[in-house]
Amino acid sequence: MVDVTRHDVVIVGGGAAGLRAAIAVSEARPGISIALVSKVYPMRSHTVSAEGGAAAVARSDDTLEMHAYDTVKGSDFLGDQDVIQYFVEEAPKELTRLEHWGCPWSRNDDGTVATRAFGGMTTKRTWFATDKVGFHMLHTLFQTSMKYGDIERYDEHFVTKLLVDGGACRGVAALDMRTGQVKAVLGKAVILATGGGGKVWPFTTNGNIKTGDGMALAYREGIALKDMEFVQYHPTGLPGTGILITEATRGEGGYLLNSEGERFLTTRDYGVGTKAELGPRDMISRAIMQEIAAGRGIKIPGKIGEYAHLDLRHLGEEKIMARIPFVRELSRTYANVDPVHEPIPIRPVLHYMMGGVDTDIDGATEIDGLYAAGETACVSLNGANRLGSNSLTECLVFGARAGAHAVQYIAGSSGGEEGPLLRQAEDEAGRVEALRGQQGGGEKITKLRESMNDIMERGTGVYREQASMAKANTEIAELKGRYEQLSLDDPSKVFNTEIIAALELRNMIDVAESVALAALHRKESRGAHACPDFPTRNDGEYLHHSLVYYGPTGPRFDKKDVTLGVWEPEERKY
Amino acid sequence: MSEVKKTIVVTRFDPDKDEVPKTQSYEIPVQDDWKVLEALNYIKDNVDPTLSHRWSCRMAVCGSCGMNVNGEPKLTCKDPISSYGDTIEVAPLANFPVVRDLVVELEGFMDKFKAVKPWIIAAKERAAEEGTHRQSPDELADFKSFSMCINCMLCYSACPVVSNEPDFLGPAALALGHRYNQDSRDEGADERNEIFRDEGGIFSCSYANECTEVCPKGVNPSGAIQQAKLNNVVDWAKSFVVPRRKSS
Repeated sequence: MVDVTRHDVVIVGGGAAGLRAAIAVSEARPGISIALVSKVYPMRSHTVSAEGGAAAVARSDDTLEMHAYDTVKGSDFLGDQDVIQYFVEEAPKELTRLEHWGCPWSRNDDGTVATRAFGGMTTKRTWFATDKVGFHMLHTLFQTSMKYGDIERYDEHFVTKLLVDGGACRGVAALDMRTGQVKAVLGKAVILATGGGGKVWPFTTNGNIKTGDGMALAYREGIALKDMEFVQYHPTGLPGTGILITEATRGEGGYLLNSEGERFLTTRDYGVGTKAELGPRDMISRAIMQEIAAGRGIKIPGKIGEYAHLDLRHLGEEKIMARIPFVRELSRTYANVDPVHEPIPIRPVLHYMMGGVDTDIDGATEIDGLYAAGETACVSLNGANRLGSNSLTECLVFGARAGAHAVQYIAGSSGGEEGPLLRQAEDEAGRVEALRGQQGGGEKITKLRESMNDIMERGTGVYREQASMAKANTEIAELKGRYEQLSLDDPSKVFNTEIIAALELRNMIDVAESVALAALHRKESRGAHACPDFPTRNDGEYLHHSLVYYGPTGPRFDKKDVTLGVWEPEERKY
Repeated sequence: MSEVKKTIVVTRFDPDKDEVPKTQSYEIPVQDDWKVLEALNYIKDNVDPTLSHRWSCRMAVCGSCGMNVNGEPKLTCKDPISSYGDTIEVAPLANFPVVRDLVVELEGFMDKFKAVKPWIIAAKERAAEEGTHRQSPDELADFKSFSMCINCMLCYSACPVVSNEPDFLGPAALALGHRYNQDSRDEGADERNEIFRDEGGIFSCSYANECTEVCPKGVNPSGAIQQAKLNNVVDWAKSFVVPRRKSS
């Protein structure tokens, strides 16, 4: 028999969205029992790597309406406007709560919270703690969560399956990495907050843990993944490693230069107008790729690809150290460049998934009792392109809302029999055991992962040709077959990171499948989805969300209306 | 990039089959701009999938990949392979029980971390509608450097007191408690100082300063502990002159 523990709410993921949800649940009903299940200790969650800031209206020259409009336009009119309206209203309250909990926001001389400029935002509304905002937010949330005695952590537990019975989700099966045993962690509601899946692609800012786990868990239970074709390439990643250099570098006044030393965003028409380096990420990434294609890229010996330069020299050492010291540390450590004296080589790098588990504005999914929030979810805040600094705030706003709604839901839920859930967990324990025993010959994790990375890079890069997307769909289907032949080398039960990698790979292949299918269906260019075969936006046929459903013989495509509001779609030009 | 061969000597231990740790050598090709972590990942992906180590962000902020490299505690994703010779020894951090290979037990640390009450303590909770506190840049500077800890635990591996006195709260936890004491928004210093003055608290620190020397993020835990000692001595002296404030 598997070990069983019982709680009211089970949260999967200990980053910003999961921790915020946990605190919201505890505050909504003190004494409630919360399980916080994470495959890493919460302070290792990838929120930690976010650098530049979190958006919320703070200044007297700013309005909620302006933040909403910037977000709608940034989304290329694919964001749901009711969601965006709620988001901008809650954003200042959420960042204020973080302030009350001790987040070391950078300050103006008068002691008020400082804000900086960010891409696609009309005015300075990005709150920051130098350039380690995700790190400080995550640590503030994690440390604060410790004062809530209702939260019981399951650190280093990898969730392999959602336990769903009678149309309701009532727990998870989790592999305890320490012992190798699968446990049933039961609850009356489950919130997925596991982040995105940047590791599907080879060149990414994302850490090793970003493997789309929550997306794949929901997908395999029959929930649609929404708007998966929209993946964000951040304009400025370091050569080789893909380590993120924050957009705050441009918010603070940095320039992008080509091999001729030209500030191409001001001299050529890339649609960003006078915003120049502060245009939205999709447009800036395309501009860099076009500069490279036109022969104005920079080659770096020993590194694959070509680059542009991010020039911060004119900001001066004092400003760099006061505002973006981590950028200097990263550039020196990982690119051997001191931005005080030299430009930083950068190129577009896979950063963020706009798509995710289809949820409504409450974070609720199509399965009763199952919620999702943060990058895992697609609540349709970001549409076809996310504005920088909206995602950290999104984790708070929708983590809190999902938590609060989960509490309401369980008050009216009668629960159900445990038997079917425990049988599912038993089956899952058997499946994990069988996978561990799958040894000798066959396919290897490293090879399959490299194949997946290669397929997705060719098929779903900054620019997407119809032929390459079609090929990606075929090849991912083949890859799924090869995964069935996977062979492992490590029979140990104790902290077996090979079996974790195998389970993560399965999740990534499922996520890749949904991305490839959604991309193939969208025969237009919108936001981050740029198709040279269909170079313009086509609202007549494609002003809709994409849905991809899992099927045993292959994925199924569907669509869903966009919620418009005060703003009708118009040409997106800055 | 030029490629050379290096031998990575890794400490291996699987409690399922090993009585004691052993070492295993891997001769692998390395790029001269690699960090030590990339060598371990190369081994894991291409040579020996049974090697267990923790890592994620590979940009020196998640704190997962602390290990002892040639006997010194290092954040391996930040530790250039070019700074070593042909042979590099990688072992788990010292002063922690080993779970497997390079993976150490963190539960003891997590308990110490929580023991210092690392959250804002205030007599009255503010509502979001009341807005943010005013905090001057100088007030922020009073604690900011102590808020930079990534919990990589290198300081516990380096600390001579931790190795002799397992109950010592240790550099990172004490620095974190001090970080909240120094925050102008916090009113919990009296509560935390009681914990600080207890056995295993700040006065166990012998000021060896090893923690500050190995910290990859410039946190200066030994400086934090010395400041905390001074605050507590002043507090203690004051208690003879004026009645102590009641802790909230």
